[in-house]
Amino acid sequence: MKKFAALLLAMLLVLTMTVGSAMAEVTVGIVNNPPSESGYREANVKDFEAVFSAENGYAAKTYYSLKNDEQLAAAQQFITDGVDYLLISAAETTGWDAVLTSAQENGIPVFLFDRMIACDESLYEAAVVSDMANQGKLAVEWLIAQNLEAYNIIHIQGAMGSDAQIGRTGALDEQVANNENWKLVVQQTATWDEAEAKKITESVINSKEAFNIIYAENDGMAKGAVAALDEAGISHGVGKDVIVMGFDCNRWALRELLSGNWNYDGQCSPFQAQVISDLIQKLEAGEALNLESKKIISEEKGFDATTITQADIDTYGLGE
Amino acid sequence: MAKQAKKNWSKHSQLLVPLLSIALIILFNAFRDPSFFSIEVTTNNAGSTVLTGNLISILNGASELAILAMGMTLVTAACGGQDISVGALAAIAGSVFVKVLRAGEITPLAIALGFVACCAVAMAFGAFNGTLVSVFKIQPMIATLVLFTCGRSVAYWINGGATPTVESPLINAIGSFIPGVPVPTPIIIVIITAIVLSLVFKFTTLGLYTQAVGINQRAARLNGINTTGIKLLSFMILGACCAIAGVIAVSRLSLINHETLLLDIEMDAILAVAIGGNALGGGKFKVAGSVLGAYAIQALTITLYAMKVPSTDVKAYKAIVIILIVVIGSPVVKAKLNQLWKKLTAGKAGKEAAA
Repeated sequence: MKKFAALLLAMLLVLTMTVGSAMAEVTVGIVNNPPSESGYREANVKDFEAVFSAENGYAAKTYYSLKNDEQLAAAQQFITDGVDYLLISAAETTGWDAVLTSAQENGIPVFLFDRMIACDESLYEAAVVSDMANQGKLAVEWLIAQNLEAYNIIHIQGAMGSDAQIGRTGALDEQVANNENWKLVVQQTATWDEAEAKKITESVINSKEAFNIIYAENDGMAKGAVAALDEAGISHGVGKDVIVMGFDCNRWALRELLSGNWNYDGQCSPFQAQVISDLIQKLEAGEALNLESKKIISEEKGFDATTITQADIDTYGLGE
Repeated sequence: MAKQAKKNWSKHSQLLVPLLSIALIILFNAFRDPSFFSIEVTTNNAGSTVLTGNLISILNGASELAILAMGMTLVTAACGGQDISVGALAAIAGSVFVKVLRAGEITPLAIALGFVACCAVAMAFGAFNGTLVSVFKIQPMIATLVLFTCGRSVAYWINGGATPTVESPLINAIGSFIPGVPVPTPIIIVIITAIVLSLVFKFTTLGLYTQAVGINQRAARLNGINTTGIKLLSFMILGACCAIAGVIAVSRLSLINHETLLLDIEMDAILAVAIGGNALGGGKFKVAGSVLGAYAIQALTITLYAMKVPSTDVKAYKAIVIILIVVIGSPVVKAKLNQLWKKLTAGKAGKEAAA
């Protein structure tokens, strides 16, 4: 009887082991910034939660912090825990060499997303990032295509020195420098603050200088500028006096496009999880990645108020 | 007769500094660009006739600051310290307001409910600050550092989402214009708040008691004033002010950004109190001075924007002007000026006597 019980137990053990190995989960350690950072980050975190879920065969461990040192400690902990893959959106671009080297020594492939890290390319498998300069280029190309006689622009910038600000300012600055009929009526930073954007626009309206374009480097600041236009009775949107441009593609901003109150919104895609998941599946299957470049640029586009559809809002809109 | 005049003079001299600074900014603008002051009547996009212009921008833009400065004056007078969590608390209040409005359809009743709710929450947080200060005798700046640090995270938790929006013509009526009224609503809200506060001072002993506690807490207690209660009350009134400011700020844009709503306003509010000639160590106070101080700060900001000073540099220019205002208003300079004045008048009197 005892022998039989032992046998049964042993068989059970073997059975669970085989079942267990059949459902072998891929463990990933995700180091990211907290969702409260921005609408972008909120969508980014949700995207990773959805893709690296138990249903898709992943066991994800996540850690959120805005501080580099806390992120470094968390990444080191993930390596010690023995995760299969390490996914990182770093708070700062520097200081990661030691941790990434340690991951390499332990045979843990690293993927970067959203933000680059200043380190040797050999330390990570791939980096899936946005090209901010391209976002600016797309917006300026759209603006050129509007074929206006004069471009008198209120340029409201994001926090100076941030990736998004540098990228979105660059293309516009270049275009203004090279064209006579392009003029910046004002170029001010509102540091992503909606109320500050409203004040800047108000000051231009009060000065009675002519302008016909608002180029705001995110949706919130565009909304602030539009509030100032509304109070002064200046029409804006499709076929109106002032063209309104924003970035980030929040759902509420895209709805403004759909109803014709704004003209353009540039996308900044927070959806990097699927690309990384595909790469991981390749590695799991034993294939080599053979990437042309380790830097994979997310496909991004700009939306025009005259062509946007409700389906676009549902697919590409962030938040609610 | 002369004595009488002098008495009146010293009674109002506190308002001299803020009035002088506003006059200076106005004078500067008058030389720089006389059209700066032009007020225009236009039709806004909602179809009603409204006033616009730099003067309106100044009065309108300073609304939140003016209301916060009123509450800050009371806290300063009673506790001899400042609350640095007003911006964070306004964000919490605004977040509660948005939360209530997003729960259902936006009706006047929902707005009233939202305002009552955010007022209650803000006053509760004010009571928390006040308890730390009055019961546990913690330095106000340290006590309010707690909420300053965590307030915006709390505001985020209340709503989730990064920038929740609330769209409704009723919200626009609070944040910009009531249809048919040409004056921006925030200006009207400031006036109402000021009237309510001055009625409270007129018909209750709050002002007197606050002053007494601020000047000499021991003496006030020995005279039967509940010093703990007065301090607590001052923080709760400031809490209510934060709620009003938060609601205005949210309504202006029909959206709340927890990270940037009224960012850094605590420093401007404290500054308004200082420019208003109130002693930052507590005691005697004049709310009107702080309100004038708030308008002086806003006038300065708008002037700098009109001059297209890069907004990253605005703070530096502001600092220079502030140093000037504060130094002119300092007791040392005031005493020196008084001496000089006496010498001049004495010399004159001597000459007259000799003649």
